Amino acid sequence: MTEAPPPDVKRSPLHAVHEAAGASFTDFAGWLMPVRYSSDLAEHHAVRTAVGIFDISHMAEFLVEGADAAAYLDHALAGRLSAIAIGQAKYTLLLTEGGGIVDDLIVYRQGDERFLVVANAGNHDPALAEMQARVSGFEVVLTDLSDAIALIAVQGPVALAVLKATAGLAASGLDDLGYYRHLDGSFDGIPVHIARTGYTGEDGFELYIRTDAAVALWNALTAAGAPLGLVPAGLASRDTLRLEAGMPLYGHELGLDTFPEQAGLGRVVAVKKDEFVGKQAIEAGPGEDARVLVGLASEGKRAGRAGYAVYSGEKVVGEITSGALSPTLGHPIAMAYVDRAVSAVGTPLEIDVRGSRVAASVVSLPFYEREK
Amino acid sequence: MAAPEELKYTSEHEWVLVEGQVATVGITAYAAEKLGDIVYVDLPKVGSTIAAGKVVGEIESTKSVGELFAPVEGTVVEANEAVVASPELVNADPFGEGWLIKVEFAELPELLSLEQYTALTV
Repeated sequence: MTEAPPPDVKRSPLHAVHEAAGASFTDFAGWLMPVRYSSDLAEHHAVRTAVGIFDISHMAEFLVEGADAAAYLDHALAGRLSAIAIGQAKYTLLLTEGGGIVDDLIVYRQGDERFLVVANAGNHDPALAEMQARVSGFEVVLTDLSDAIALIAVQGPVALAVLKATAGLAASGLDDLGYYRHLDGSFDGIPVHIARTGYTGEDGFELYIRTDAAVALWNALTAAGAPLGLVPAGLASRDTLRLEAGMPLYGHELGLDTFPEQAGLGRVVAVKKDEFVGKQAIEAGPGEDARVLVGLASEGKRAGRAGYAVYSGEKVVGEITSGALSPTLGHPIAMAYVDRAVSAVGTPLEIDVRGSRVAASVVSLPFYEREK
Repeated sequence: MAAPEELKYTSEHEWVLVEGQVATVGITAYAAEKLGDIVYVDLPKVGSTIAAGKVVGEIESTKSVGELFAPVEGTVVEANEAVVASPELVNADPFGEGWLIKVEFAELPELLSLEQYTALTV
């Protein structure tokens, strides 16, 4: 419960705005970021029913440019990035030769020879190092833009209305922008990269802008959103929102010793590509005894948390990677890696919640899906 | 609700209100704020004996789990059923309606003053 952040902690370009809004901060991946402004639950519900605004400027951004940009990404990453069109985005993975996951990424194609790669803050260094190491032989330049770009997410059913009402924000085609599509807009003449992506399970947008314009954009979005119920939302609500949406979090559901298939991300790997880093290991597979990611739901209020053991009878059959009392559903939910034999939907299991057993059953992911 | 300066504190972020031989125990506003929205409270049973410094209950938020340490040795004479039913009371009024247990004790251990406790939280 100590307040003092480490002296070398990074601060978002929006830090002063968060302080003025009364945020509590947490050290997340070396960044001092808002964990909540008022109430985790209120912020969570605002995103589900109206709209929330998140500062996720800690995320890492790498620009890939050059004649071989698409071919390089096909080699370096798990997906077939050459197949996406300009204006399209793709969720993908950076794999090790051994088939483990260095990071999960979103890649935006901004031009024939230009892609923006977004990585987790906590994986900035290893992801950049791996991507740099794979440049050899390709005519491509990899540039780290992480410190130059601020990232603001506006998430919730009325997110579109907020963007449309924001003074100074010009973005033609916003109404028709599809999920996992992006466009180039501007804010008071400054370029903004606007993507219909997010990490909450709701409709929403992510806005990339240079750091010195972040405060003005945040304030304009907040002013436009206030009449629509917009609240600033912190990382605590972001975590419960993504958990309900069944979205993995690196370091919890994903890691160097996790194969994509175990995490239910087999579809993300384009195994038919002639060549990519990790292909041989992926084809060999993780082995029959490798655990797989499932959803667990239980009754009552006591949630299983990351690290808690999952039992079938007296046998430990798995371990929870993320868990919480679901604010939307009202009962505890968790994601867990369990033995394949007990991974079928409906399988009754038990969670060891600090010494007492709580009944749980395997359910399909996601726990929550918005009405479309 | 007592004024914060009339209360005693522990380094585990509990407050203690001493009235005769009964100590009312709760968690501080600082602790409640750090936990976030409290969604589940598990308290010791009325009539149970508790030993100072031992974990006797749990306070769970959406984000994490906090442990309730017994600040005194004694017998639980009352547990706040209102917070069990409505855990958000701990956030809304940590020094009042959000109290947790009342403990009858024989001897009060050394506890912190407001000033000493506040020094731990900055």
